[in-house]
Amino acid sequence: MEFFWQNLPFFCILLCIASASFTLIMSRRAAQATCLTVISAVIAMSVLLIARVSAFGGSYTFSMGHFPAPWGNEIRVGLLEAVMALGLSLIMLFSLLGGLDRIGEHVFADKHNLYFITFELLLAALLAQVYTNDLFTAYVFVEIMTLTACVLIVARSKGRTLVAATRYMIMNLMGSGLFLLGLCFLYDLTGHLLMGNIHEKVAQVASDAAYGRVLTVTVALMSLGLAIKSALFPFHTWLPDAYGYSTPTSSAALSSLVSKGYIFLLIKLFYRVIGMDVINQIRINDVLFVFGLVGTIMGSLSAIREKDIRRMVSFSSVAQIGYIYMGIGMGSEAGMVAAVFHIFVHGAAKSMLFLSTSGLVQVSGESKHFRDLRGSGFRNPLAGVAFTVGSFSMVGIPFLGGFISKVYFAKAAMMLNPTRTVIVLLVLAASTLLNTVYFLKTVITLYRNDSADAPKHRAAPVFALSMLCMVAANLALGVFSQPIIEAIRAGLRMFA
Amino acid sequence: MLENLLGTPYETAAIILFGIGFTSLMLQKNMVKKIIGFNMMDSAIYLFLAAKGYIEGRKAPIVVNGVTSVEAYINPIPSGLVLTGIVVSVSVTSLMLALTVRLYRRYHTLDIDEITALSRKEEY
Repeated sequence: MEFFWQNLPFFCILLCIASASFTLIMSRRAAQATCLTVISAVIAMSVLLIARVSAFGGSYTFSMGHFPAPWGNEIRVGLLEAVMALGLSLIMLFSLLGGLDRIGEHVFADKHNLYFITFELLLAALLAQVYTNDLFTAYVFVEIMTLTACVLIVARSKGRTLVAATRYMIMNLMGSGLFLLGLCFLYDLTGHLLMGNIHEKVAQVASDAAYGRVLTVTVALMSLGLAIKSALFPFHTWLPDAYGYSTPTSSAALSSLVSKGYIFLLIKLFYRVIGMDVINQIRINDVLFVFGLVGTIMGSLSAIREKDIRRMVSFSSVAQIGYIYMGIGMGSEAGMVAAVFHIFVHGAAKSMLFLSTSGLVQVSGESKHFRDLRGSGFRNPLAGVAFTVGSFSMVGIPFLGGFISKVYFAKAAMMLNPTRTVIVLLVLAASTLLNTVYFLKTVITLYRNDSADAPKHRAAPVFALSMLCMVAANLALGVFSQPIIEAIRAGLRMFA
Repeated sequence: MLENLLGTPYETAAIILFGIGFTSLMLQKNMVKKIIGFNMMDSAIYLFLAAKGYIEGRKAPIVVNGVTSVEAYINPIPSGLVLTGIVVSVSVTSLMLALTVRLYRRYHTLDIDEITALSRKEEY
């Protein structure tokens, strides 16, 4: 029995990869059932893992294949990893359910099982990045995630997605190149690949003046690489096309899973590999802080200018990722807790926004333009409600997740030095205002009363189920935030 | 500074090559040249790793004639990393080439700026 418990995270990863190879020879229906079963199994295992880790009250590592520490490959599980795995797999399940009917329309019929394979591999890559204790393994799975994300974009075969996927790949390859170079420098400096061992060595190296500059360059390269991959503000040019034209499930997965995987890896890099005191000493987090602040404003400004609802929602992602980087950049525990909580909030709200947008577009003659979306909230009531809830969460209306994360960002800002407190609070206020402008404008457009008695579209049962679950998730994040925040805080303490 | 650079010619060359590859990936307009740039960038990293793993006067870490002393062999880990890295870059290259083929079939050009302009016109 002990064997089962210890290997649980490894089983999650193995299950995804193994089922992906079997799905290749399955029919569409079987592939879909397998994919949904695998994701549900991962959810169940993550719940067990959370129960186990919180009962145990600490984290544990185990060596793969029983090779001892400096040589072997390790997996590490703490509360934060388990919570992250649960959150990401839940969002993945709901996104897949919500977009099932659209996948049927957008993806070639003979390629459906390949689409589900991509999802299984994406989940494997995400879980491996969350659990791994080895930097090079993390790099390999970063690349697998890049490839699967590219396939997700291009699964809907048309000109715009092809170009978007190409631009996505170019930017992401630059990001992975920088990350790999930084990784090689780090290996060269410390002689280790396991996070714990690197951490010990970095603590020695950082106090040595001769290596200080090399260490700064290394950390800068790796952070820059991950920032490009997760679309931090000046590197977001690939984002609106990639999110705006692919099939809705893909957009939901890209915005709330793929970019979050990279951000989680960055947090791991800061906490587990380099150590927050060294990060604060070489001031990389200040750079991320500034870019995060600028991104928050610029993303919202671009969103206001958009006439296309999908691209507007995409640009809003840039702003929300700005928030997360702002939290990471504060360099304090409170800031990091707020950032991790916002990962969940943004994941839950943004995937719901993308899926409900597709429901609204469906009843508006497949047009994504605002002028055609008038009154679509009446034509597809469920999608309208889901979009409204998602918008309210992003704006920060009480009882929804977005409100709580804004409160925690503001609280974290209070502990910084006075100038920064003022800057963060001003940016929070300004961006809330901008969010309100474009999200409420959209919600009002959806309920413009010129087709209130239009025929009501009957949503597919899976779409309805997924939307209801997502609305519930957003409410839960807002109402029962305390245990989640506590779990994140405890998990971050286990991290260091 | 200069002594350090000349003392480690492979590493210096690797970083210069990385720069060339990175800038071509970023700035070239032709898709094939971009892919070549990407491969150059990754190969530069492998050169860097291989140079770091090599120890003057030692052999490849394959046990022959029963010599198991650590002093006889070079560090095998960077070689292992290079192998893994090559697998990754091969798969990425093949995906990029496949995308390029599909773009060329659709737009009859390899210029990414032209392709972007054409695709925008196509939709609106």
